[in-house]
Amino acid sequence: MSATVIELDQAGPASILRISGDITSGSEADLSAAYGRAVANGASAIILDFSRLEYMNSGGIGLLVTLLVRAQRSGGRLVATGLSDHYRQIFELTRLDEAIQIVDDEDAAVLAATA
Amino acid sequence: MVETKEPTTTDAASTNRSDANWAKPVDRLSAAGVTGAKDDAVTGKRVSGPLQGFGQLWQKTFSVRLEGVDTTPEAVIATWKAHFADFWPKSQRFYAPLSGIQPGEVGLLEIQPLPGAPVKLSTGVLVLYADDESFTFMTPEGHTLSAWITFSARRDGDVVLAQAQALERPSDPFDEIAYKLGGNRQNNRFWEATLRNLAIMVGVPLPVVDVQVTCIDSSRQWRYWRNIRNSATVRSARRTMTAPIRRITRRG
Repeated sequence: MSATVIELDQAGPASILRISGDITSGSEADLSAAYGRAVANGASAIILDFSRLEYMNSGGIGLLVTLLVRAQRSGGRLVATGLSDHYRQIFELTRLDEAIQIVDDEDAAVLAATA
Repeated sequence: MVETKEPTTTDAASTNRSDANWAKPVDRLSAAGVTGAKDDAVTGKRVSGPLQGFGQLWQKTFSVRLEGVDTTPEAVIATWKAHFADFWPKSQRFYAPLSGIQPGEVGLLEIQPLPGAPVKLSTGVLVLYADDESFTFMTPEGHTLSAWITFSARRDGDVVLAQAQALERPSDPFDEIAYKLGGNRQNNRFWEATLRNLAIMVGVPLPVVDVQVTCIDSSRQWRYWRNIRNSATVRSARRTMTAPIRRITRRG
């Protein structure tokens, strides 16, 4: 069991949500709050940095879908970086990769988010 | 580049943290080996989640407090997995994988898409995720709903709470119409009945099921209208209508 920690950084017009620990359905309030702060800061794109992710269950994947829908409704976009091979495969299996762009590193994520 | 740093934390609830809880990557599903229902509506199909559906996106949460029962979330989920089909209302059938509800397995379903519909719909689900406190199904192409549904149990104070939470979009324009014409209500009643049956089996005499339904996205994804070509409803209707012809042909 590992707590979820979400740090918010800004990279120009994009916000970076640095996620540490576990993402489960119990992470909803904090993930939503971090996203809300990013949008309030004026971010037009959100980068989800999973490089310190320890574990994500199906409840966590569900949260990403609702986050994605919120972003799409407001004309924003989501980019994911720092995913391990395992979670890349989970994004492909669940077809999340069709809606959330996955890139290898933060520089590529900033480029993709601001393109 | 870094301008702000505002950490927030959540205490994680899950104690089950293994990569093996997830299904292995698969391009096309195979339901060969599941007995009791036709697998041709599932075998060869891709999975289709809430992002790939056509209609409005709904989040539905059905929960029941197992008041007065001395149990654990793990015991409730073990019972739910072992008797999953038994909790379904009688008009609908679930054919479990031979090895049970395990990540990567495929189950088959025969369901009535609308109340009183003359057609039984053959389709299935992929067990996307399973651990000791939860399991998640994902639908294949052709299912009436492009969905994930997670069944879970957790402690809520002194009581164990069992929950089914769906994230679902009707898959194609016909499914969206059927959903509006009663499919949505039937779906709600179905999961309410399932939760009630589970609670009764574990010892709650008069369970009360709480239902919360939220439209997450009211827009329709027109780029997915072609999902209709995979429709299990159309396939099942065609099979029903041509059954007499097939019978005559076989006799001749």
